[in-house]
Amino acid sequence: MQFKKSWIMALTLTSVLALSACGNNGGNKATTNNGGNTPAATNTETSSGAKLSGSVLASGSTALQPLVEQVAEKFMDANAGVDIQVQGGGSGTGLTQVSEKQVDIGNSDVFAEEKLKDAAKAAELVDHQVAVVAIAAVSNPAAGVDSLTKQQLVDIFTGKITNWKEVGGADQAIQIINRPASSGTRATFESFALGTKTEDLKGSIQEDSSGTVKKMIGETPGAIGYLALSYLDDSVKTLNYDGVEPSVDNVVAGKYPVWAYEHMYTNGEPNETVKAFLDYFLTDEVQTGDVIELGYIPASKMQVSRDVAGTVTPK
Amino acid sequence: MSFCVLLLIVIIISMVYFVASKGVANFVSGEVKVSEFLFGTKWSPEADTPSYGAFPFISGSFLVTLLAALIASPLSICAALFMTEIVPGWGKKLLQPVIELLSGIPSVVYGFVGLSVIVPFLRDTLPGQGIGVAAGALVLSVMILPTITSVAADALASLPQNLKESSFALGATRWQTISRVILPTTFPAIMTGVVLGMARAFGEALAVQMVIGNAPFVPHSLFESASTLTSVITLGMGNTTMGSPQNNALWSMALVLMLMTFVFVLLVRMLERRNKI
Repeated sequence: MQFKKSWIMALTLTSVLALSACGNNGGNKATTNNGGNTPAATNTETSSGAKLSGSVLASGSTALQPLVEQVAEKFMDANAGVDIQVQGGGSGTGLTQVSEKQVDIGNSDVFAEEKLKDAAKAAELVDHQVAVVAIAAVSNPAAGVDSLTKQQLVDIFTGKITNWKEVGGADQAIQIINRPASSGTRATFESFALGTKTEDLKGSIQEDSSGTVKKMIGETPGAIGYLALSYLDDSVKTLNYDGVEPSVDNVVAGKYPVWAYEHMYTNGEPNETVKAFLDYFLTDEVQTGDVIELGYIPASKMQVSRDVAGTVTPK
Repeated sequence: MSFCVLLLIVIIISMVYFVASKGVANFVSGEVKVSEFLFGTKWSPEADTPSYGAFPFISGSFLVTLLAALIASPLSICAALFMTEIVPGWGKKLLQPVIELLSGIPSVVYGFVGLSVIVPFLRDTLPGQGIGVAAGALVLSVMILPTITSVAADALASLPQNLKESSFALGATRWQTISRVILPTTFPAIMTGVVLGMARAFGEALAVQMVIGNAPFVPHSLFESASTLTSVITLGMGNTTMGSPQNNALWSMALVLMLMTFVFVLLVRMLERRNKI
């Protein structure tokens, strides 16, 4: 009996610690299994006209999550028979789950081809670009710099420039507040602002949430980082890029290059309910309403488009 | 009853199997060598030729855990002695709720307090940017205080009364009794509390992630940005796709965490056995 007890005790302890170690993924797993019976979404009532019903499950990018949640609320108000659930988990999780048909929609900050190593799996996914997010380099207000060129940014993020006075600012050491290597925001910043991948530098700080990044940049002397436009305020100094101000107008006109699409991927062509939901995103009501209200840029307004290789073409 | 036990065992075995099978995937496929994973110091999974050295995280985890235990243990043991030996009446009434309160606060609150209070304090008074190993260890030490204190207090309270009385009868003072009789007798039990606290510190993710800085390097100073296994897992798991070598490398780290948990549990078992004699 003593042995039995201690054995169970040991197992319980292990399970608790194992759970806490992989809580993020385990949680997602459980919830996707719940909503796994996605064929339910196809039960549309064709008899009573265009009435939609069924359940839709979306997961992935936490950057896109607030928009999808708000639009889903509105969509459900208009279509009483539809139930939409939105989960976070990160772009990688969203892409994995949509490609394994565990969810109907996988939200992502990056093109599926960039994340999924299996090209055949990426080819199965259908891309729906619902919004654009622009990212600006920001510094601590005391750094004393208004604008940085591409080359200066590259030199800072690769560790060649370590003091603000080298780029015309205060005599203050530069402290990089970065995103983790796998972050979609970092990928966007590196591709379109720096044009190169960077290695993590010794002593750099990495934070995942935009709120924490903003707090750190605002409080840390000499800090530099990057944030989505919706997070900018007076606590940090927004830096112009090659003299171009990171404003919505400049992004829309194609003058400011550091932006990325927010994607909502479906596996193959979506069913009627999912399609109606995705179409609703592209209506003027959402694009000029919720999208702008929550700090994103309407995809429909963009005067340029960009493909997965990064080639920008005028629309 | 026996069904519940059976179910529990099945769940736990499948969970251990799940973590282990994903954790060894990279090693089986030859993507990463075990030695490279355990002792490699270069972590750059997104590079063109990726390298998956997890040593900075393994050492970071051990460093903050040991530091937290070093800071928290003396405080906890003193608090437990105060509650049980010195002022058992109002001391206990005052400290008990405080300790229960401390253990009930969510990690994210500790992390935020760390970020808002400890980090600026360290930045202003010591070299570095405040964020780093020292901030992580300080936050963790507060988080494991309740664990060590309550286990130590239980151990002290369950000490046979006649041991103390004999000591006093021999003319020993209170300090002599505490340092020569009570502490040596309850040492294994107190160590159990310390190990349990360390297990908690080793597995804690959110609060540490917020204040430690997460740069993938072995720190050379306490005020330098570093990473722990848990912080890297939580930062990377959602952004990587299942089955990719990078994701599997994160599962390998989860496996290391799980194995360390086994070690902590074994340690506690051994200490308890010693305690009984």
